[in-house]
Amino acid sequence: MNEFFQLLLSGVTVGFIYALVGMGFTVIYNSSGIINFAQGEFVMAGGMSAVFLLKWGIPFWLAFLLAIIITAFLGVVLYKLIDMSKEHSVISMIILTLGYSIALRGLAEVVFDKELHTLPSFVGDGTFSIYGATLTYQALLVMITSVIIVISLYLFFNKTKTGKAMLALSDNKDSAKLMGVDINKILMLNFIISAVIAGIGGLLLAPITSTNYEIGIMLGLKGFSAAVIGGLSKPFGAVVGGLLLGILESLVAGYISSEYKDAVAFVALLGILFFMPGGIFSNLKAKRV
Amino acid sequence: MAQAVKQIKDILFLIFFLIVIPFFFKNDFYYEIAILSLLNAIICIGLNLLMGYAGQISLGHGGFAALGAYITVILSSIYGISPAVSLLVSLVFMAFFAFVISKPILKLEGHYLAMATLGVGVIIYITVNAQADLTGGPDGMGVDIFKIFGFELDSNIKWYILSSVLLILVIVTFKNIINSPYGRILRGIHDSNQAVSSVGADVAKYKSYVFVISVVIAALAGSMYAFFSGFISPAEASFNRSIELVVMVVFGGIGRVYGALLGAIFLTVLPQLLTSFEDYQTLIYGVIIIFVMMFMPKGIISLFDKLGKTNAHS
Amino acid sequence: MLIVRELCKNFGGLKAVDELSFNVKRGTVHSIIGPNGAGKTTLINMITGIYSVTSGEIYLRKDDDIKCVEEDDIKDMIHGHRENITNIPMHKLVHKGICRTFQHLEICGSMSALENIMLGFDKFMSKNIIQTCLRTKRIKEDEKKFEYEAMKYLNMFNLEKIAYKQADSLSYGVLKKLEIIRALATKPKLILFDEPVAGLNPKETDEISQIIKEVANEGLSVILVEHDMKMVMKISDEITVMNFGKKLAYGKPEEIANNKEVIKAYLGSNYA
Repeated sequence: MNEFFQLLLSGVTVGFIYALVGMGFTVIYNSSGIINFAQGEFVMAGGMSAVFLLKWGIPFWLAFLLAIIITAFLGVVLYKLIDMSKEHSVISMIILTLGYSIALRGLAEVVFDKELHTLPSFVGDGTFSIYGATLTYQALLVMITSVIIVISLYLFFNKTKTGKAMLALSDNKDSAKLMGVDINKILMLNFIISAVIAGIGGLLLAPITSTNYEIGIMLGLKGFSAAVIGGLSKPFGAVVGGLLLGILESLVAGYISSEYKDAVAFVALLGILFFMPGGIFSNLKAKRV
Repeated sequence: MAQAVKQIKDILFLIFFLIVIPFFFKNDFYYEIAILSLLNAIICIGLNLLMGYAGQISLGHGGFAALGAYITVILSSIYGISPAVSLLVSLVFMAFFAFVISKPILKLEGHYLAMATLGVGVIIYITVNAQADLTGGPDGMGVDIFKIFGFELDSNIKWYILSSVLLILVIVTFKNIINSPYGRILRGIHDSNQAVSSVGADVAKYKSYVFVISVVIAALAGSMYAFFSGFISPAEASFNRSIELVVMVVFGGIGRVYGALLGAIFLTVLPQLLTSFEDYQTLIYGVIIIFVMMFMPKGIISLFDKLGKTNAHS
Repeated sequence: MLIVRELCKNFGGLKAVDELSFNVKRGTVHSIIGPNGAGKTTLINMITGIYSVTSGEIYLRKDDDIKCVEEDDIKDMIHGHRENITNIPMHKLVHKGICRTFQHLEICGSMSALENIMLGFDKFMSKNIIQTCLRTKRIKEDEKKFEYEAMKYLNMFNLEKIAYKQADSLSYGVLKKLEIIRALATKPKLILFDEPVAGLNPKETDEISQIIKEVANEGLSVILVEHDMKMVMKISDEITVMNFGKKLAYGKPEEIANNKEVIKAYLGSNYA
């Protein structure tokens, strides 16, 4: 029972990170119809920037702030690249974001390095003990911060004028335009939000698992699975998707095999795509060809 | 006769080019790059058939190529079956495998289809990594020389010739397919599924067959590469490898057989040219992809179109 | 030729087509009319296998000359006179001699006009994959033969000039004709036209009207879904009127024109 609960806790912790990455996907997808394959690199950028800023002698809190600003900036750059592209077909946008993810990885190689790094825990090394399972302060911080972010986003999208405009945009661009909504500004804001929550995810994750220039790949893909599980058209579905995925992964690693742990996300992804492409909350069947 | 020559003018030119270019090779390394380019081009032409004509994006073709290669290699190196027979068995298996997964996958569209192929590819990668007793795990495994009817492929020149011949065969087959009633249906599917259904063709069946063909071609080229380099590792199945292949096709020009060829050659040779930039390789590679997708989404072959050297349908 | 029996289509709670029955005799033009949203396109989509049928049957008769015992489906089927074609997908129906045109043009824009017509001959051409890859004599002959046939069709409609032009460069009116020619190329026994003259000018409308009437005179059975009343009245042999998914009226054009219920449905009760 202890073991089960331990696995559950670590699964939830990682699951929240997947949830943040996944939410980033759905926010961008809902407003622009684009799947951002560089989402994982935003996570990497958050963690790695903080690591190196600290290394270069910048004080803790400033380093964090700068790391977040850097990821926001990377989000803006991606938005601009997409905006300036001649054509926005599904395939060219997929390749564009893939190219951006490769470029960011390449940039990280040059500006940072190829080594593994960790950040010290933000809240010290203490632990709680719950039902015989250990929960580090950092893990708790991850959970609390993630919940705060999710709630803030929910309030933003549903209670503020700008947020509601964004939802309106995802439903119908043309009427949104007619109502005087500045589409470009909103799209850009979406990219910024999506990058920032990923970056914060990277920051939170760094003390728990080590970070390096390559973590973006798997994280991005798993975050995407989380988004699809929850339903791409439901921004908050990714939260449930991420948590489910994290827990499932943890349980498989603990009870079945740790070598196939990574496969869980993709088996789940395939399962959802084949049987419930709209996500677990949908009743829709696969689009008839 | 003149008409026939005109139609195969481009193939003749390609054959000429393939014969002449080795004389410019300064050392063995050039051969290796050339052979790799040719094998990549073969995979890309198959992938191009899938993406450009059936309109299905696959982000898992690295996985398919590697799976085919691993099966061939395991059968020949571990179970001692002759390489040629191992290859045949592997291709038959891959055809069957592709057919089975094509049914559920091809019901999906656009992004969802891309993600499903990505999922399959990554699962292959993880499996190959994990089954270390069979595959040698992350370190990969060595591969014996390819032997067929007692004839050994043990030199770069022999591999170059084989790869060139395979490439020509694949291109000729591709062109035959496109310029036939079958090909007309494929081109029709690209424009309108309903139109094609309304003349009596089962769209799902065609998409399925094209998927199988593209996977089998990939498995063939993947196996050849394993035999040539004497080594295989899970990296061949990685997501990065799958992206590399898709980028080659789109970069060159999607839907165009010479686009796939150009893209494969360009992006196989490019990293070699960039080695002097060492650490900046990845960054430069990424930036090039970004710029081409932003400003030349129809691929670099569109440059050749503008110069009037190619017509827009090959 | 075609027997539609108590056909129903439910979308969730909405009854788009409600127990509709009608028959189409060989060599006649049977029109389906009704206000927007009456369920006409849903009906056509069910007959041509694009939508699944919620309940009801569709039968295809082999030969109208043999008297059919209308109520006795089984006897008719045992004698091989009719075939149940409910829920058979469109591409299979083409091989049974049924084809259609689309309300929203389904043309292959990147091909030439000629190639679009050649698509229509697809069921007569070899699609054997081995022959295709090797480009055998059969393939070469097929291509040549059907290019010639396609050209003949274009000539018949005075469209030879645009044969090699890319389809997406052609005008709407021409494309509407092209789709009809493509459908005729499949050598059908029954053809369904879904709003073939929508968006066309009077001259083009007349041309297409003529084509449809001639096609029926040649022995083809035609189902026509249209809003253009002048055309419908002019060329129809029989008309079924739909409203809210149900059959409102049925009969010859003159009867329908004077039918109070029909007038009410279209123009409102003030005019009845």
